[in-house]
Amino acid sequence: MENTLNTARLEPVWHTNRRIMLLLAALALFLVIFPLFGPNSFYLHLMIMIFMYAVMAQSWNVIAGLSGQISLGHGLFFGIGAYTSSFLFVEYGVTPWIGIFIGMFFSAVIAVLIGIPMLRLSGHYFAIATLLIGISFQLVFQRWEWVGAASGLWIPLTEESSWLALQFHDSKVPYYYVFLAFFIISYFFVWRLSLSKIGFRLRAVRDDYQAASSLGIDVSKYKIIAYAISAIVMAPMGSLFAQYILIVDPDRMFNLEISILVLLMTVLGGIGNIWGPLIGVAILIPISEYSRIYLGGTGGAVDLIFYGLILMLICIFRPAGLISLFPKHILERKKQR
Amino acid sequence: MTFEIILQAIVSGLLTGLIYALIAAGLSLIFGLMNIVNFAHGEHLMVSMFSSFWLWSLLGLDPLVSIPITVLLMALCGVLTHYLLIRYILKAKMLIQICATFGLSIFIRALAQFLWTPDFRTVDKPLLEGRIEAAGVFIGQPQLFASVVCLLAFVMLYLFVTKTETGLALQATAQDREAAEILGIPSNRMFAIGWAIGLGCVGVAGGMMTNYFFIFTDVGVNFALFAFVAVALGGFGSIIGCLYAGIIIGLVESLGGLLIDPSFKLLYVFAIYLLVVIYKPQGLFGRY
Repeated sequence: MENTLNTARLEPVWHTNRRIMLLLAALALFLVIFPLFGPNSFYLHLMIMIFMYAVMAQSWNVIAGLSGQISLGHGLFFGIGAYTSSFLFVEYGVTPWIGIFIGMFFSAVIAVLIGIPMLRLSGHYFAIATLLIGISFQLVFQRWEWVGAASGLWIPLTEESSWLALQFHDSKVPYYYVFLAFFIISYFFVWRLSLSKIGFRLRAVRDDYQAASSLGIDVSKYKIIAYAISAIVMAPMGSLFAQYILIVDPDRMFNLEISILVLLMTVLGGIGNIWGPLIGVAILIPISEYSRIYLGGTGGAVDLIFYGLILMLICIFRPAGLISLFPKHILERKKQR
Repeated sequence: MTFEIILQAIVSGLLTGLIYALIAAGLSLIFGLMNIVNFAHGEHLMVSMFSSFWLWSLLGLDPLVSIPITVLLMALCGVLTHYLLIRYILKAKMLIQICATFGLSIFIRALAQFLWTPDFRTVDKPLLEGRIEAAGVFIGQPQLFASVVCLLAFVMLYLFVTKTETGLALQATAQDREAAEILGIPSNRMFAIGWAIGLGCVGVAGGMMTNYFFIFTDVGVNFALFAFVAVALGGFGSIIGCLYAGIIIGLVESLGGLLIDPSFKLLYVFAIYLLVVIYKPQGLFGRY
């Protein structure tokens, strides 16, 4: 039966064969030279959004796909990253480059603080807790005067474009490369992680926590590690997005829609698979950006109708995601002779 | 702060608490039966409020009169939810089950926003209006009536689950699906009945709330969150636990709003959830 399709059967997808490596190299080369073709700013924006959401979805994939815990409030770490770097820049003039790392640190700390009590619980409790915590953070930031309450923080504009302040006023190309760099680094990091000892232990915990625990794996410790790593991957995207739009406010940065989108993209592409989030993002972001153009701002709900429908259909027919449609021999590592 | 204000807060907390309890009971019933959390519960509440609203607006039926129709519509909606979506994900992993009902919630809410716009609506001049005063405490008539109806619905639900043959079959299915099937209880039909009753409860609550609450597409979000909290507090799957939990939540919400800061009402309730799941994850009350 399709429903019982076990993702374990697709496990070798985390590994990669030579054909895939060539394909990836070609893709990376194309992405690097893409701005040289002189695309207009809409296409640059589209690509930037794809990079950003690809990393965000990958972050969700680490906690959900690798360790099997559903987080419904993952936008939380996006907001923490955005607020940390922006606040440091606005109040103390700290360059966002340092702010990004402080944001990652704060996110990881918050993830551990949430994770220690919550990840000992079964899945439903954790999912609901993350939903509630995500909303609580938004509520607190909406009323917290120190960080600008509901109107948020405006990042002061520099006179000219500056790499130090991470602001570029006349072109999107530098933003493109910054996001591309973070995209490649994050994917490489998660790919290595999935092949590391931690990655294997996490999957053992996900697939059978009793067996994993009987083999001496500290189940809650590894779940917390996964949650913290996932937060660390998510946070820089918040910081960079804040630099991209130069305003930080609780309704945008802690929006529940962020948490919905990262979940949807990962499930659509293939949960627990490193390329799953990228496939989901490459399909959904163009749809969302084009529908914004053709249907206007008020058409916002139309793409959500579509998203909800896709999510249900995927869950019914392809729980392993669209990546399971690819023929297996392309995805699997060649058998050792 | 006088004694009367505190008494007023306690009374209104009790009244809203009973409504939370009935909404949570629907969620709890479904969870206890098939181990699936209905993340679209708030959206189902919203649909029931809109159905009650449209029956008033298009056919001129007062929300009080249309309650049976709303309940039937919601029960039908529950059966449809089971046969069109839940049936296929019964054997899937928990992760997929959560995503599926979460997808349903996004779908229903966005569809409602598309069809009916995010405007706030109210029912003009319902049969029940005004308020009564007793011992210096003001009670809105629609609120009072809604709580009484919710309490009645609760009693009926409890009697149904514990006393009737179908209710016992539901319990049997909840305890051990396969053993129940061997004894000739068709689990698929039991699940459909569970969904019908669960959403029927929501229909009662939604129909009564239409009398005095704003009707808009995001109305269900907070109620669903409170229902999650109530279900965790009462113990997942326990119906009578939901009653106590709903009342506790109503009281915490209104007293916390009165004594500390009304803008953080949600946070007090969320804090209870976190404390309960950390220190007493089996909930405060037993099963059934």
